[in-house]
Amino acid sequence: MGSKNIFDKPIGVIGAGSFGLSVANLLAENSEVLLYARNPEALESINKKREWNSYPLHENVTAIDDLQRLADTCDIIFPVVPSANFREMMRSLSPFLHPYHILIHGTKGLNLTLPEGKTLADMQVLERQHIKTMSELIMEESVVVRVGCLAGPNLAKEISQGLPAATVVASPFNEVIQIGQQLLRSDRFQVYGNPDLIGIELCGVLKNIIAIASGALSGLGLGENARSLLISRGMVEMIYLGKALGGNVRSFIGLAGIGDLMATSHSTLSRNFTVGRRLAEGETLDNILADMHEVAEGVNTIMIAKKIAESFKVRAPITEILHRVLFEGLTMEEAVQYLMKYPLNVDVDFI
Amino acid sequence: MKLKRYRSKRKYEPILPGPREWPVVQLSRNKKQFLKEVVKEAYERIKGNTRNKTALIEELETTLYKEKARIRQTPWKVDPDDEHQFWGKVKDELLEISQQKTKDEEKANKVLHNIIERYAEEIAGNFNTSHYRFARGLVTFGFNRLLNAARIKKLGGFWSNELTMNDKIQINGEVEKLRTLAKKGTIVIVPTHSSNLDSILIGWVIYTLGLPPVIYGAGLNLFNISVISYFMNSLGAYKVDRRKKNMIYLETLKAYSALALKKGCQSLFFPGGTRSRDGRVEKELKLGLLGTAIEAQRSNYQEHGKDSEKIFIVPVSLNYHFVLEAPSLIRQYLEKQGQERYYVENDEFSSSYKIITFLFKFFTKGSDISVSIGEAMDILGNKVDEEGRSFDSKGREIQPQDYFVFQDKITVNKQREAEYTRMLSKKIVEQYSKIARVFSSHLIAFTAFEMIRKRNKKLDLFSLLRLPEEDLAIDFNEFRITSQRIKNKIEDRIKEGRMSQAEHMDDTIDNIIEHGLLNLGMYHSKRPLIKTKQGDITTMDMNLLYFYRNRLDGYGLEKHI
Repeated sequence: MGSKNIFDKPIGVIGAGSFGLSVANLLAENSEVLLYARNPEALESINKKREWNSYPLHENVTAIDDLQRLADTCDIIFPVVPSANFREMMRSLSPFLHPYHILIHGTKGLNLTLPEGKTLADMQVLERQHIKTMSELIMEESVVVRVGCLAGPNLAKEISQGLPAATVVASPFNEVIQIGQQLLRSDRFQVYGNPDLIGIELCGVLKNIIAIASGALSGLGLGENARSLLISRGMVEMIYLGKALGGNVRSFIGLAGIGDLMATSHSTLSRNFTVGRRLAEGETLDNILADMHEVAEGVNTIMIAKKIAESFKVRAPITEILHRVLFEGLTMEEAVQYLMKYPLNVDVDFI
Repeated sequence: MKLKRYRSKRKYEPILPGPREWPVVQLSRNKKQFLKEVVKEAYERIKGNTRNKTALIEELETTLYKEKARIRQTPWKVDPDDEHQFWGKVKDELLEISQQKTKDEEKANKVLHNIIERYAEEIAGNFNTSHYRFARGLVTFGFNRLLNAARIKKLGGFWSNELTMNDKIQINGEVEKLRTLAKKGTIVIVPTHSSNLDSILIGWVIYTLGLPPVIYGAGLNLFNISVISYFMNSLGAYKVDRRKKNMIYLETLKAYSALALKKGCQSLFFPGGTRSRDGRVEKELKLGLLGTAIEAQRSNYQEHGKDSEKIFIVPVSLNYHFVLEAPSLIRQYLEKQGQERYYVENDEFSSSYKIITFLFKFFTKGSDISVSIGEAMDILGNKVDEEGRSFDSKGREIQPQDYFVFQDKITVNKQREAEYTRMLSKKIVEQYSKIARVFSSHLIAFTAFEMIRKRNKKLDLFSLLRLPEEDLAIDFNEFRITSQRIKNKIEDRIKEGRMSQAEHMDDTIDNIIEHGLLNLGMYHSKRPLIKTKQGDITTMDMNLLYFYRNRLDGYGLEKHI
């Protein structure tokens, strides 16, 4: 496929993290791309040296630091910022958005919207309205309704090396899926569509929990039988949690579910995997987070997912035990022992 | 019961001076031309839905098959005599096409055209200004007289002018805004639907508020009865035949509705599709006709740009102490839930006699009704101000045509609009649960049912409904305390803007309970709630109690029993 412009206007990307840059590069093969970067250093480096954080940037990518210009110039925008900053970003962007805008995000995290002055610890039970996926956040903060997400096994480093990969564009709107396909598809990149936006978002969010656990298994040197056990039981746990939040089971056995889970659980490149491995090697969470460049969404997700499991009465032993390792001082060895003794032994009961 | 006089006795002037300006009149005056447009539009839609001639012929064959089955299985009096003849001819033509080696598309198109024409003729309303005036006058006059005769139990009461419909029916909510917006754009009224009385009631409300007559889809079964048929025709109804579920019919119906909206005809849909079977306020809406509002709006924008006529959606909640059809509705619901068995639709309104008894009961047995007008919204459920401008939840103005824009142009995308319809229906349902007014009778039905349920936690719904009589009595004092607690919770939700209640609820709990007992399903032969000789509360019919209890479903109140 040549670099032919399918759309008259440039495509916007928000966020210059590793996945943001990957998305910008993928888009740049077919279109002009405007990349919003908050950090002035990043901006300069992208525009002058055509690289940032040792990621090379395609020549069609131009970095800017003006959200209004981005929204005025681009009809189609890909926000890829950490979930912790997502609402703030939307609030700054929202005044410039109109119902003709189309937003396809690539953020794999959850947002908590609690009553004024409450923290997660104060909440007896979480209700569905307290938990927002990024698409729900976009709809809450702006007038944009044509929303979609990107999810799938997309390790940023592999994509930047030009290795073959695929992704899922999810949206209830066929046009959003089609646009995503036209924009992203290339000889090395395949794009699948799925109408279950919430389900696909949850796949991307929940798999990070299992990725941390998988890293821990590697750190403990427990072998591939144990990893397969983790992945398949982890899958079941993702489905329970995902169903409770309104996702469709079928989405979890597709590319964004099992596909992404496999990639993140095997790849030492993944941030969440690294957190798990280093925890198993005896480091503390604070220590690990202190020297990571980018956010490991999984840590935050475990906190929220544990509360979800309790509130919606869902069995999630892996999430619960990881919570105890991360925040309650349990060691990884103890955690593994606990899971091996867990009384549940029905293989598949979700279909 | 003491008669309460309500404050809202004001009269509303008609917002359009004379019938000449009513869009519905212009529509019926140019009926021939309009039907031509409908046929053309429907034809294009169906051609768009069927990709090639094989698909079209298949669709025609399916339609023929379904129509033949309908004629055999559920014939109605209102059906025209030449049905056999017409469909027989379709059959011959299809047979002829199927025998050809190369299928003749022109012929198939012609068959399609004929079917659409027939459907369009059948759907079309027959609005007539003088009939409208006459029917409306008769309805108002008759209602008022009946009301007086019933309320003032004297011989001369029938001719008394002391009471009018205004005393019996309260209208509250966003009345002024509705009237203002009706002058600025096209109103689509979407009421809740629990009783056959709704059609008559809403017609009266529209007249009382001074709005020009609306067109609305009425079940073809109502036209079986000649008296009703006359009124329906006069009041601007078009006919919807629920037996015909084939694509060709449904698309013709949608084309009719969409074109009427484009011509600025105020319309009314019961978006629940049919009367609520279980007594709940609608939570799922039928999207077919609702979608025509979005379509018509987009089409307006395409033709006239940014300043074209806007369509406003106005949810309305009709609130009763009783629903005449409750026993049969809940029975149908339970049969369906219990056994997943298809049930034969039983038509309570099958004779004029039943209707007259119904109306008589309604007017003689007291009991008040309220109509709550909700916030007007644009076609995506955004708030609109008095000027008809749309605003988002942060108070920023929105240009609704942007919802249809892609790359600076308005584009037609059916799937997108179907999704918008789903979003709009969510907004309508939210409004319903906000504006549905809680009556004393709803409160006590809910409390009593949930108290019985709590005592029998282990039983599923069906076992619960079959509890023996001796297990149904509730101690009055306990009932009183629980009712008060639920009432407090309702008041909390009212403060948060999530619920509304009737004025008679501003009273002591004892008066509310008494008022509720008096009114709850008052004319059913088996009363849903009564006080026993020992002073306890009990029910004569658990199914009915469940029906009325459902009105307060979905607010999370059962936690507080």
